[in-house]
Amino acid sequence: MASALINVPKRAKRGDIIEIRALTSHIMETGYRRKASGEIVPRDIITSFTCRFNGQEIFRADLFPAIAANPYFSFFTTARESGRFEFEWTGDNGFSQTASAAITVE
Amino acid sequence: MKRACAMLVAALLVAAAPLRAAEIPPDQRRSGYSFMGPDSKAMQDDDTANPGMLWVLDGEALWNKRPGAANNACADCHGDARASMKGVAARYPAFDKALGRPVDLEQRINLCRAQHQQAPALDYESHDLLALSAFIANQSRGMPITPDGDSQLAPFIARGHELFMQRQGQLNLACANCHDDNWDKRLAGAAITQGQPTGYPMYRLEWQTLGSLQRRLRGCMTGIRAQAYNYGAPELVELELYLMSRAAGMPIETPAVRP
Repeated sequence: MASALINVPKRAKRGDIIEIRALTSHIMETGYRRKASGEIVPRDIITSFTCRFNGQEIFRADLFPAIAANPYFSFFTTARESGRFEFEWTGDNGFSQTASAAITVE
Repeated sequence: MKRACAMLVAALLVAAAPLRAAEIPPDQRRSGYSFMGPDSKAMQDDDTANPGMLWVLDGEALWNKRPGAANNACADCHGDARASMKGVAARYPAFDKALGRPVDLEQRINLCRAQHQQAPALDYESHDLLALSAFIANQSRGMPITPDGDSQLAPFIARGHELFMQRQGQLNLACANCHDDNWDKRLAGAAITQGQPTGYPMYRLEWQTLGSLQRRLRGCMTGIRAQAYNYGAPELVELELYLMSRAAGMPIETPAVRP
């Protein structure tokens, strides 16, 4: 399954406010639904999303069962220096996914 | 919500004049896209926000994989999909001479797997089949739907048209009752739309996943309380065929996003 779709501008001017977008594939099974047989479908969700820039955390979100499948995040940050954004999703059943994107700041 | 929908369908049924059977004039045809709100449109337009692109990327990986005993990848015969698959989805379902009947894109993929890859068929709505069909159809994005011109298709299109006009189910509604005669109205909060098959497989927010045109058709049939045809049934392919001929000239949007 494709991991993630990341949208980070390749280059930016120092001081620019830039938008970061991250979409990942996940079923986000709530744990509240039942199968036809009556058993509960076990919860399987992403519980945490983190974005680090050059090792420093700049954005983090906790996720809950009400969030739809294939969660999509969009947030803003200020471009201060060139470097690398690292994205990490963790969740139930040992789910872990990473992605990264570089930016050049002039 | 469901009950309200059913009541509205019933009200529509009572109020509906006899089937008008007026086809939509070409200049009034509209993709489901034009009925959506700005948020859903923005989601479809941005490839990094459109969840359907996750399947397209997976399809690209599968295109180069060798799944069967023949050790053949799609790419080994068809090369670069960007060139070889351009426009293909725009003319499917197409007539298969060996079978003597039309096959849709999903069936073509499975025929290829059986004949050239010696790989097991993929199930309808399975992740891999959706991924491959989304990847292939994505190569036709922006191209006009140009139905296969094979004259042997004519009787199948006619049967699809008949099915489209045929009242069925406990609500006794034909596809045409909503999608030809009342597409400019609303059913509860939702636009009825014209049922143009421009963006399949598409990401439906209600499904929270990608789905095929056959899934959509089966959903409609269940909605009018008819017994839905099984996946791969000739009737569904005939309906797909008619819908594509009805939408001839409209651009492909795969992967579309719909509410």
